[in-house]
Amino acid sequence: MPSKSSSTPKASWGLKLASLGTLLFLHVPIFIIFLYTLTPDERTYTFPLPGITFKWFGVALQRADLWRALKLSLQVAAVATFAALVLGTLAAAAVYRSKFFGREAISFLLVLPIALPGIVTGIALRTAIGGLDIPFSYWTIVIGHATFCVVVVYNNVLARFRRMQGSQIEASMDLGANSFQTFRYVVFPNIATALLAGGMLAFALSFDEVIVTTFTAGQQTTLPIWIFSQLTRPRDRPVTNVVAMFVMLITFLPIVFAQKLSAASSDTEGEPK
Amino acid sequence: MLNRISTYFYQRPKLVLALFLLPPMLYMAVVYLGSLFSLLINSFYSIDDFTGLVIRELTLKTYGQVFSPANREIFMRTATMAAAVTVFDALLAFPLAYYIAKFASPRAKTWLIIAVTIPLWSSYLVRVYAWKLILAKEGILSWFINLLRLDGALEWLLSFPSIGGSSLALSPIGMFIVFSYIWLPYMIIPIQTALERVPGSLLEASSDLGARPLQTFRTVILPLAFPGVVAGSIFTFSLTLGDFIVPLSLGNSKFFIGQAVYSYQGTAGNIPLAAAMTMGPVVIMIVYLLVARRLGAFDAL
Amino acid sequence: MNNSSVVAVRFDGVSRYFGEVRAVDQVDLKIQDGEFFSMLGPSGSGKTTCLRMIAGFDRPTAGRIHLYGQDVSGLPPYERNVNTVFQDYALFPHMNVGDNIAYGLMVKRVPKAERMKRVEEMLELVQLSGFAGRKPSQLSGGQRQRVALARALINHPKVLLLDEPLGALDLKLRQQMQVELKSIQKRVGITFIFVTHDQEEAITMSDRIAVFNQGRIEQIGSPAEIYEKPASPFVAGFVGTSNLVGGEVAKRLTGSEQTFSVRPEKIHLGSAQDTPSPDMIVVDGVIRDVIYLGLYTRYLVEIEGGIDLVVVEQNLKTSSMEALSAKGQKVKLSWHKDHVSRVGG
Repeated sequence: MPSKSSSTPKASWGLKLASLGTLLFLHVPIFIIFLYTLTPDERTYTFPLPGITFKWFGVALQRADLWRALKLSLQVAAVATFAALVLGTLAAAAVYRSKFFGREAISFLLVLPIALPGIVTGIALRTAIGGLDIPFSYWTIVIGHATFCVVVVYNNVLARFRRMQGSQIEASMDLGANSFQTFRYVVFPNIATALLAGGMLAFALSFDEVIVTTFTAGQQTTLPIWIFSQLTRPRDRPVTNVVAMFVMLITFLPIVFAQKLSAASSDTEGEPK
Repeated sequence: MLNRISTYFYQRPKLVLALFLLPPMLYMAVVYLGSLFSLLINSFYSIDDFTGLVIRELTLKTYGQVFSPANREIFMRTATMAAAVTVFDALLAFPLAYYIAKFASPRAKTWLIIAVTIPLWSSYLVRVYAWKLILAKEGILSWFINLLRLDGALEWLLSFPSIGGSSLALSPIGMFIVFSYIWLPYMIIPIQTALERVPGSLLEASSDLGARPLQTFRTVILPLAFPGVVAGSIFTFSLTLGDFIVPLSLGNSKFFIGQAVYSYQGTAGNIPLAAAMTMGPVVIMIVYLLVARRLGAFDAL
Repeated sequence: MNNSSVVAVRFDGVSRYFGEVRAVDQVDLKIQDGEFFSMLGPSGSGKTTCLRMIAGFDRPTAGRIHLYGQDVSGLPPYERNVNTVFQDYALFPHMNVGDNIAYGLMVKRVPKAERMKRVEEMLELVQLSGFAGRKPSQLSGGQRQRVALARALINHPKVLLLDEPLGALDLKLRQQMQVELKSIQKRVGITFIFVTHDQEEAITMSDRIAVFNQGRIEQIGSPAEIYEKPASPFVAGFVGTSNLVGGEVAKRLTGSEQTFSVRPEKIHLGSAQDTPSPDMIVVDGVIRDVIYLGLYTRYLVEIEGGIDLVVVEQNLKTSSMEALSAKGQKVKLSWHKDHVSRVGG
């Protein structure tokens, strides 16, 4: 509890326990899902588990609807990430290389889609799609996802640009490289890990997004929408457990990797070891 | 050849800037701002009660419906939930944020920050789902409560009509736990950042001057961490305000704002009302962002 | 190589404004081929902006810049046969030393074998043989400096620009690099344009110096000219220590009210009874302050008219005891007429 903390360099037991408690609260629930993938119980979430079985992994693999949803989610995430990489990098480059009127406004506009609750972006896109009589499609989902993925790439790349050492771009041109060569040999290697980190975060964000997707997907089912439908009307409990674990793992790895990439590059001031 | 093209652009930096800015700004302005504008316009439309069709004429009629007694109750319920979640998150977040900022070794700090950030990025939906398992009537939490022989207390708690329900998984108490869990990282990070800025010498000065640890905490640390708590609180508050996944998954028949918006635009087909309802969270968030930007907190987002 | 009739760099009325600020204001300048030319001035005096315009990073707002007779005012950096050693070195952190040095050849598609050969030569020139595989982050400040130099020189530029390249080094290393830079310049015979705010550095290394102040050139000349004959009060004050005398006193001493400057070490400190030769300027004064500095002693002498002059005497015979006891003594200051330089104003 905070009241037991002290100003000495060593943390009190109370503070340590409270911190540990919060950390466990943040992370333990996820592992409960992993546990439940093994339950033989089809109807309820009985605990302790009545037994152990691995059959649900096989059952999940056989489900054509899941494969379709996975394929759609992957496609959407791939295209949204690509769009975010292009748009976010361009915006970051523009903001980095020159001071111009309205730079602040650009950051503000880009951050708005993740700062506002997802439902706002979702319903806003929904009204626009409805108002323009655009049929729901794969592209309506991608367009929605790209709006909030751009800022992730933008933030990562801009931070890297700002950490880029000294006059490397000028040095490259001074040594005879034109703008394209300078980009290829100097700028790109400098921002590559930021692009990778930003891209992976954008991918993870898009891959498990549900709120905006609910409003832009129409009748299509992405993997998160499939899970959402199971949340409100559970029909395939054991399969949902397997899918939830799969989604967690597929997003967990890129996120940790991206975090480590960003942490590593800030440790060495942009100098890859 | 490439040299010629490169030189052409090199001599026109403003053109290059325009070319860089055009695609992202065009996209964000047309798609995003355009959508927000269409949301705004739609909130001033209304729906024909008989045909169920949207009447595309500007009116304040829909905003009148937003403030109907039933909806006012929804707003109140949601705001109460958001406030409760915010307070609880602040209490949960503070010790950990304080530990990370002031006691953890640099190495441990890197890992702790990653440990706090990962849930921020990882699947929100799956994290809600995990609680569906935990809170289920026959689930792990009930088992644990029975083990502690506290099942009577739980039933007593669930019997309150305003917060209870048939089980934890279908009650405002359950929603409260899940909301607190989901938005917790949004509270930890700003508090930790704020505490990070408190110089250690200040704490030493305070104890030097004879303050006991508790006094130092109350008179020095808490006031300095307060901006962080405020930054975090507005996240937790507004995110709770706009969410519909948690109420749909764990709530009972009593609506929350997000849920109402979701059902108005979905089954009811009343997009104008859904749009008007959404303007609440929008206004709150825009005001917050403007304040945050003025306070310079914007760079930390 | 040193062909003094060929002009390497020519500025014709070059100005560069940043908004309202006139960073460079109407500069005319000729730098000879093969020269070691320094641009000296305080920060914000326009010297770095001039360098950046020669390199092509900045474009003049008005006026033209010629490199060996070719107008390059609008050309990008990669279209000019000029290379730069940056203040922060600007080495590419993701490349090793060899690749950094070979960069200019690589973008010009020089075959790999030749690239390697020339990198070796360059590493030898800057005494870093065997360092090709290291990363810049594994080098010391002085070593990075040499890599930056090698990376520029490998392209055989006609002009090498150096932007305060020794600023980040400690004193000892800086003095060593000054000597080394000068000898490298002699060996390769390339025009060096060296930007610095350190007057001692400029005097040590340069064939000629341009002193910059507020976007303009105050004086161009050899180090001796700049030091002995400063053309303005600013130059007299910025390069070395100087005594400025103006007004009534100047008129009585030299016959003109124009301000003149005389260096502290040119002034002879004599006893009040001395009778100096007729081509000396003589003035009586009282020693107000004495600072014993080991190698020499610095005196502050108040002369008629209330003006303080700094006088420096080498401690050939004097000891500290004698020097310090001189305070309050009446003295006769004298200096040769040739050591007076009119600085106007």
